[in-house]
Amino acid sequence: MTTETREILRVSDLRTYFPVRSHGLIRRVIGQVKAVDGVSFSVGSAETLGLVGESGSGKTTVARSVLMLVRPTSGQIVIDGQEITHLSSKALMPMRRKAQMIFQDPYNALNPRHTVGGIIGAPYRIQGIEPPGGVRAAVQALMERVGLNPEHYNRYPNEFSGGQRQRIGIARAVALRPKLIVCDEPVSALDVSIQAQIINLLRDLQHEFGLSYLFVAHDLAVVRQISHRVAVMYLGHLMEMAPRETIYAAPLHPYTHSLLSAVPIPDPKLQKGRSRIVLEGDLPSPINPPSGCVFRTRCFQAQERCSVEVPPLIEVAPGHHVACHFPVATLPAGVGTARAMPETQPGVPVRRPQPASGQVSSAQLDCLPADGRPDFTRLRPRVRVGRSL
Amino acid sequence: MAAYVVRRLILMVALLFVLTAAVFVLFTLLPGDPARLTCGKACSAQTIEANRHRLGYDQPILTQYEEFLSGLFVGRTFSADSPEPIVCNAPCLGYSFTRHEQVLTLIAKAAPTTFWLAIGAFIMWIITGISLGIFAALNHGHWPDRLVMGISLVGYSLPSFFIGLVLIFFVVIKWSWLPFPSYVSPFDNPFQFLQTMILPWIVLAVLNTAFYMRLTRNQVLETLNEDYVRTARAKGLPERTVVVKHALRAGLTPLVTAAGMDLAYLLGGAIITESIFNLPGLGALAVSSVLESDLPLITGITLVTSTVIIVANLVVDLLYAVIDPRVRLA
Amino acid sequence: MTTPGRPAEHPFLEIKDLGVAFPTEDGLVRAVEGVSLSIERGRTLAIVGESGSGKSVTAQAIMGLIDRKIATVTGEIWLDGQELIGLPADDLQALRGAQVAMIFQDPMSSLHPFYRVGDQITEAINAHRSIRAKAARAMALEMLRRVGIPAPERRIDDYPHQLSGGMRQRVMIAMALINAPKMLIADEPTTALDVTVQAQILELITSLQDEFGITVIMITHDLGIVADVADDVAVMYGGRIVEVAPTGVLYAQPEMPYTLGLLSSIPRMDRELSVRLEPIPGNPPSPIHLPLGCVFQPRCMYSDRVAGGACLSVRPDLLATAAGHLVRCHLPAEERRQISQGVLNVLAGGS
Repeated sequence: MTTETREILRVSDLRTYFPVRSHGLIRRVIGQVKAVDGVSFSVGSAETLGLVGESGSGKTTVARSVLMLVRPTSGQIVIDGQEITHLSSKALMPMRRKAQMIFQDPYNALNPRHTVGGIIGAPYRIQGIEPPGGVRAAVQALMERVGLNPEHYNRYPNEFSGGQRQRIGIARAVALRPKLIVCDEPVSALDVSIQAQIINLLRDLQHEFGLSYLFVAHDLAVVRQISHRVAVMYLGHLMEMAPRETIYAAPLHPYTHSLLSAVPIPDPKLQKGRSRIVLEGDLPSPINPPSGCVFRTRCFQAQERCSVEVPPLIEVAPGHHVACHFPVATLPAGVGTARAMPETQPGVPVRRPQPASGQVSSAQLDCLPADGRPDFTRLRPRVRVGRSL
Repeated sequence: MAAYVVRRLILMVALLFVLTAAVFVLFTLLPGDPARLTCGKACSAQTIEANRHRLGYDQPILTQYEEFLSGLFVGRTFSADSPEPIVCNAPCLGYSFTRHEQVLTLIAKAAPTTFWLAIGAFIMWIITGISLGIFAALNHGHWPDRLVMGISLVGYSLPSFFIGLVLIFFVVIKWSWLPFPSYVSPFDNPFQFLQTMILPWIVLAVLNTAFYMRLTRNQVLETLNEDYVRTARAKGLPERTVVVKHALRAGLTPLVTAAGMDLAYLLGGAIITESIFNLPGLGALAVSSVLESDLPLITGITLVTSTVIIVANLVVDLLYAVIDPRVRLA
Repeated sequence: MTTPGRPAEHPFLEIKDLGVAFPTEDGLVRAVEGVSLSIERGRTLAIVGESGSGKSVTAQAIMGLIDRKIATVTGEIWLDGQELIGLPADDLQALRGAQVAMIFQDPMSSLHPFYRVGDQITEAINAHRSIRAKAARAMALEMLRRVGIPAPERRIDDYPHQLSGGMRQRVMIAMALINAPKMLIADEPTTALDVTVQAQILELITSLQDEFGITVIMITHDLGIVADVADDVAVMYGGRIVEVAPTGVLYAQPEMPYTLGLLSSIPRMDRELSVRLEPIPGNPPSPIHLPLGCVFQPRCMYSDRVAGGACLSVRPDLLATAAGHLVRCHLPAEERRQISQGVLNVLAGGS
């Protein structure tokens, strides 16, 4: 990172819990899903912080909490100098001018009954702002800027492809020239050839408008492409946070190592010589997370101390924070190392190396009791028809 | 599951409690004097006042409501100080002074008619609606589908009073295929019962069949496109198994809710159909009780029909949990 | 494709000029046209492409899962010497799940929510042979253990919603392999899963492939997964195959401009950060209104280099440029290689 920049977003000790109720006669609150459990970070001006993690890590809840779309249980969120967690929904309105969001699914995030012009112009109307030259001119300029044809002002979202819809969402987000945009998996629903278009657009807009991004995604390669710094989450906690170069080249947390080793590299010469760290089992229940370090149940480094003591997030080098008792600079033998492979002949099938002893095998998995987890999978379909006879 | 049922039952009682209170307040606030309605046109002011006192309408509304509630559980006695007191045993839903009969007795007389009407129509429309709907879905986009959907559209757009009147006009009056409907219990005279009920059943079933054909077709079409149906085919299961075991089971499950609730509504009385065919059911009773401002009867019918609907709701929810393992009752 | 030096015998799976078209209200959707492929026994072919490229439809055509009442399927599919497209429905059904099995993208929606996972597996057994219920259950249990389900004797009576995403995909794999098929088609098997779970599932598929000697078709959009598991790759675009090569060759010497475009547009972790992503401009073609010439021409940066505007008017053929390497492009092979090396140099961080 370059010189110390002004903070646009500061999140301190953010906790967002969701209550879990009992199945008994009186539905007491018997526990909490600790979706986010004590997360702190900041995003500087014109900086992108990538927030990565797998499903259940709490990264999306962080994104929503930051914009108060979900009320945090505790902690502070400061956007451009203003603390917002105590504000009422009404008092949050001016904040929404400074901070906007881009959503994952370009198919569901846009109201199908509104025209593109109406969607992109909505922030002006909601905030009661009349841009110079009028809303229509401003919207059309935005459409041009994000790569949409301004003549399509009166078209409806269903007339656009997925990539174009994401451009509509981006135009709407930047309409009020916010300082911060929270991007929740903005490219994961898009085809690879379109992903690059959107990533480049986001980078260009950042340079042009000095935007800060909180970029939430599960794809580590995409996050690397766009972020200045990267934070890794697991089960509601930050595991590691570092400048981009550091986190990809010299990670310290065993979980970061596992994640990086699991991403297949699109080059058979490199990929077929790699072996990955295969994590044991599944994510533990966020209602009843492991004691001590939440990652210890799946960690190849875990020792007794890990179950007793929660590792604090410590700055081990300038800008490099790790929450681990036994950080790993170089991987132990047999774990996730890249191995040199003989140059293969084209057309000759390449056999992967056999797993070395000491490497965790995928057969020895343990599993959490599924009944401990809330089931959000599907609400009961109900057919309701009012007819008089 | 047991805790869930208990909680639902408690909720149900609370709901009924609120409901009776609401009905009570509503009908007391309505213009019109219930005491005035207890005797004919040439009624002196003294008689009205006497009746008012006898029926308890001079009491504060809260007291009236209290008495009604206690009647439900322990029974009550009307006109206690008159020479012929009326004893109404628990569960006492009240006494209709316009009809000089206990509300429960009136409802008990009307209920079987409505019950047979609802059950017969229900069986008719479930069988025809679901089978035609499945038939249409399996022939999606071809002529059987279009035909079934066309029939459904026509059936759906015909008002039930229209179908009823047309049927009576042709089948009963013009062609004299059936005698004019006159309700008898199926246990007394099954043949006449069927003769009477067949037309009302058809009238009620037509509309619902149209609706269920459409619902079934859309449900089945939707499930036929589900990933797990594709998986079933990929396993090499015979097409019949794929359709029956995998697509229909999942596709027809939401119909349990619709069917259960529709049957419950119908058990509360089919007002138009009962009126057209002169059936002395709950619907007809409700209509006349309203016209006569018979407060005890209205309250009683409301209570009984809403109980049916609330119970049906619970039964449907429990059934659903039995069919779909993902549903956890809590 | 035939490996150089091997005697020419019929390949395990051979697809000749496959076409699948669906009539819709907006017009005829030509989902797949002129697809020809072959795979040798025991190898892994990746079919890579974006949504709408026809890769899943090709897979479903091999499985005989295309509804013939709606779609027209043309061409030939030869599996181990047997032609599948002309096969009666009953024979095709006997083949599905027994000879060729398939797993899908979303294991949650691919398992029936109302039935226990064990019952879903034994149902697959009973579809193809008569076996006592107890024996079938024992088989299912053994297979669940083999795909790495912990405590399978407990899990066998679970419903799918009680399992995690990775466990569900393991169940799908167990169900697919229960009848010892010769071929497994995996249609984006890890797209719905987390990256660490993806790693588990890919490991599992490759180890089971070695164990059972299964031929695998891996359908994916992820060039990283292709590099990881595939012996050969077919790149699909606009309903047709635009390039086929052994995996190493495809990444080292890609020739089709679309393949080059894909390689330059994906962010990758092994690459210099100074390299800007070069997206393919525009959007994929509508399968109803396909371009008249090369389907990729509207997005191709090099089509003006072809004399006479052939890219606009003439459909290029899929032609061999080297042994086992086929390309569908009007550009002369020399020029393609030149372009390709230039692009790859840029990607490698060179000038």
